Amino acid sequence: MPILDHLWIIPLLPLLGSAINGLLGGKWPNKIVNSVALGATGLSFLFALEAIREFFAGGQVLFRKHFFDWISAGAFTAGFDLQMDQLTVVMVLVVTGVGFLIHIYATGYMAHESGYYRFFSYLNLFMFFMLILVLAANYVLLFVGWEGVGLCSYLLIGFYFLKKSASDAGKKAFIVNRIGDFGFMLGMFLLFRTFHTLDFTTLFAAASNPAWGHEAWGQFGTFTIACLLLFMGATGKSAQLPLYVWLPDAMEGPTPVSALIHAATMVTAGVYVVARSHILFVHSETAMVVVAVVGCATAFFAATIGLVQTDIKRVLAYSTVSQLGYMFLACGVGAFSAGIFHLMTHAFFKALLFLAAGSVIHAMGGEQDMRKMGGLSEKIKYTYRTMLIATLAIAGIPPLAGFFSKDAILLSAFQITGGHPLYAIGLLTALLTSFYMFRLIFLTFYGKPRYDEHHVHVHESPWSMLGPLVVLAVLSVIGGWIAAPALWGGPDYFTSFLAPVFASAQGAEAVNEAAAHQLEIILAIVAVTSALIGLGVAYWLYVRQPGKPEQIAKSMRPVYNTILNKYYVDEFYAAVIIKPLMWISTNVLWKFVDVAAIDGTVNGIASGATSIGDTVRHTQSGNTRSYAVWVVIGALVVIAVIFFWPASRPVIGMVR
Amino acid sequence: MVPTSYYLILSAVLFGLGVVAFVFKRNVITIFMSIELMLNAVNLAFVAFSQARHQSDGQVFVLFVIVVAAAEAAVGLGIIILMSRNRQSLNVERVDFLKL
Amino acid sequence: MTPQLAIFFVLAALAVLGALNLIIQRHPIHSALSLIVVMIALAGLYLLMGSEFVAAVQIIVYGGAIMVLFVFVIMLLNAGVEERTNVSKLAGVAGIPLAVALLGFLAAAIARSNESAQAGVESGTLANTKEISTMLFKDFVYPFELTSFLILVAIVGAIVLAQREKS
Repeated sequence: MPILDHLWIIPLLPLLGSAINGLLGGKWPNKIVNSVALGATGLSFLFALEAIREFFAGGQVLFRKHFFDWISAGAFTAGFDLQMDQLTVVMVLVVTGVGFLIHIYATGYMAHESGYYRFFSYLNLFMFFMLILVLAANYVLLFVGWEGVGLCSYLLIGFYFLKKSASDAGKKAFIVNRIGDFGFMLGMFLLFRTFHTLDFTTLFAAASNPAWGHEAWGQFGTFTIACLLLFMGATGKSAQLPLYVWLPDAMEGPTPVSALIHAATMVTAGVYVVARSHILFVHSETAMVVVAVVGCATAFFAATIGLVQTDIKRVLAYSTVSQLGYMFLACGVGAFSAGIFHLMTHAFFKALLFLAAGSVIHAMGGEQDMRKMGGLSEKIKYTYRTMLIATLAIAGIPPLAGFFSKDAILLSAFQITGGHPLYAIGLLTALLTSFYMFRLIFLTFYGKPRYDEHHVHVHESPWSMLGPLVVLAVLSVIGGWIAAPALWGGPDYFTSFLAPVFASAQGAEAVNEAAAHQLEIILAIVAVTSALIGLGVAYWLYVRQPGKPEQIAKSMRPVYNTILNKYYVDEFYAAVIIKPLMWISTNVLWKFVDVAAIDGTVNGIASGATSIGDTVRHTQSGNTRSYAVWVVIGALVVIAVIFFWPASRPVIGMVR
Repeated sequence: MVPTSYYLILSAVLFGLGVVAFVFKRNVITIFMSIELMLNAVNLAFVAFSQARHQSDGQVFVLFVIVVAAAEAAVGLGIIILMSRNRQSLNVERVDFLKL
Repeated sequence: MTPQLAIFFVLAALAVLGALNLIIQRHPIHSALSLIVVMIALAGLYLLMGSEFVAAVQIIVYGGAIMVLFVFVIMLLNAGVEERTNVSKLAGVAGIPLAVALLGFLAAAIARSNESAQAGVESGTLANTKEISTMLFKDFVYPFELTSFLILVAIVGAIVLAQREKS
């Protein structure tokens, strides 16, 4: 049975797992909930592997199948169509593979939580929606997945819903996402109106028609506006400026959630959409520039905030925002496959970082503040080692995965016209990344313990949690090697794998090969150097001279405070957007529209009926003579009708 | 012979006078009698039409009207007797049991 | 002025005067007697038109039974002169205009019709009682039987209503 023909099995299994766990899991012991959830995800992963094998066997041609008609309204049809191409292969592997590992981790991490079954039900539901998102063959189905992952994000962030900060964070995530989704929907509408279809194959084929000219910088044609709107949705989902504010707060959720959703999969949906729509984006210079600039700016901005955060998960959250900025930078300069490559490697090491952080938190009995850690490297060896590997990867130290992907992005940024400022900021951000990540390592694992050793019993995590860490660590090491041969002049397997998908975007690649190669080596050396500089500074500040950071912070108190308070962005939004909205909601919509207008109308009708009754009541006076008069009046009315109304002539037969 | 319209006008006048009595009199028996007057006026009209068209339907109907009026008078006067026993008065304005 | 017309006017005047008297009189017994006068006048008019059966029934049933019943009840209840109460404002205010309007409508309706036929039989025709009875017992036999039932109901009702209270 060819899986490709039954592609729906891959998303369906997690959905079934979610339903079974959600409906029946309340009374089950953890073991059974585990087996359902892990079984669903694991089987999904295996079926995905099989589908990919068939895809390769079929010659790597785009496979899409229409399963049933979902919407058919007049000229608009959207079917439940799933497709498999090279880009989908990468995404599906990341989602199911990393997802499965995180599920295993969660069985250990959440073992003592109440609502265990609920957690896994939501997690499986998330897998379902994410798979729908990456397998979809039209924008409408993609949007279903898009919205669904937003929903699951809300459910999972607010998992500890009895805690106000957690439920607030969930709401914030959903609402900010919604703002982005609004832009996404407008983009979809515009695309439909222009091309009369939202199906990927037909739409992209129509867009490739040479009749559609290229829109230069500053020209706001159809492509530009549609792409900007789609990108607005991407900024919401992938936490870029200005809609990133939900991601740091999302750390209220359990750590496996942060790893899966806010590192490896959901936040990458925006990048996936931009990559998928690359044909549209390359038509519009303005959109590409906007994507690149926003990505670059976000990367730098988030990195600066990450420098001074004290909560271990917050650092990682801002790091995620920053790395997503890199991916958008890559897409913005036309290097879509580089962006996807970074997406894949980032999934490995960021998930690993979050899971390891969870392991640290678990070891510390729930403590998340790095200032209260220290000296853990001997006590939780496996956690320390895997986290160190991940940090090396994210900093871009060869030969780990992050080096190759980040390097590809910086190279593309450098090569594009006008890309030097982007390259410079990207390089600086790489330095900052290395710095704050190693700061995290040194604060957490080195130095003297800054916690009360009598009260906190540091213990290593169980193997259900450590296993996935090890697997991800291995992937973080070897994940980049698929593109490694390019360094010494060989083919970049990853880019060539994705070439059929991004064929139209790779136009400018055939530049002077030798010079490009030399440039690559130079830039790689520069990048590694900056990473090492970052490591060195962090080492000096946090291991050699532990008092120095305090001094620097004191001497730059205003700047420090601004960064510590995340540039007061949340406060700005609260004052400028939220407060006026609340005012409008209270005074206009509630007091005026709801109370005065709607309630007033309804109550007014009621009181109108009452007052009519009051008036008519007087006919029932009990006075018989009045009744007699009413009888006569009634008779008079009947006679008048017969007299005057033309239709009643035949009744009386009188001829006038 | 007399034109039909004369009979009809007479019938209308009698009917109108019956309505006036119905509205203005206060003794319940008098009100009842005004009803009988109205019925008589209508009977006159029936018979006039019947004779004008040389059909007997009208007169048959008059017979029925008279029968019904008789039955109605019997029952109605029974009610009036009860009412006067209850209220010791034949003034229709004293009968205001339905007043809210 | 044919004789019929003259008799008509006399009887009509009698009827109208009787009706007016019914309104004007304050004691119900006087009103009852006026009503009897009206009924006799009407019976005369029926005869004038040639419907002697109806005229006879009018006198016997209406005049001889119903009005007698009225008079008995007036005597039984010892009805006195009508009081002068004035509770209902509506009746006082709206009564006359209503009556005028009613009258006006009917008169206008009649006036506008072109019913020009003469009501009344040719001299020399036979009595129409046979026609009435034929019609009554052939075409209207069901209503006829029902009226007998109706009278039964009226009798039972009258007896039940007028019983003395069992004290």
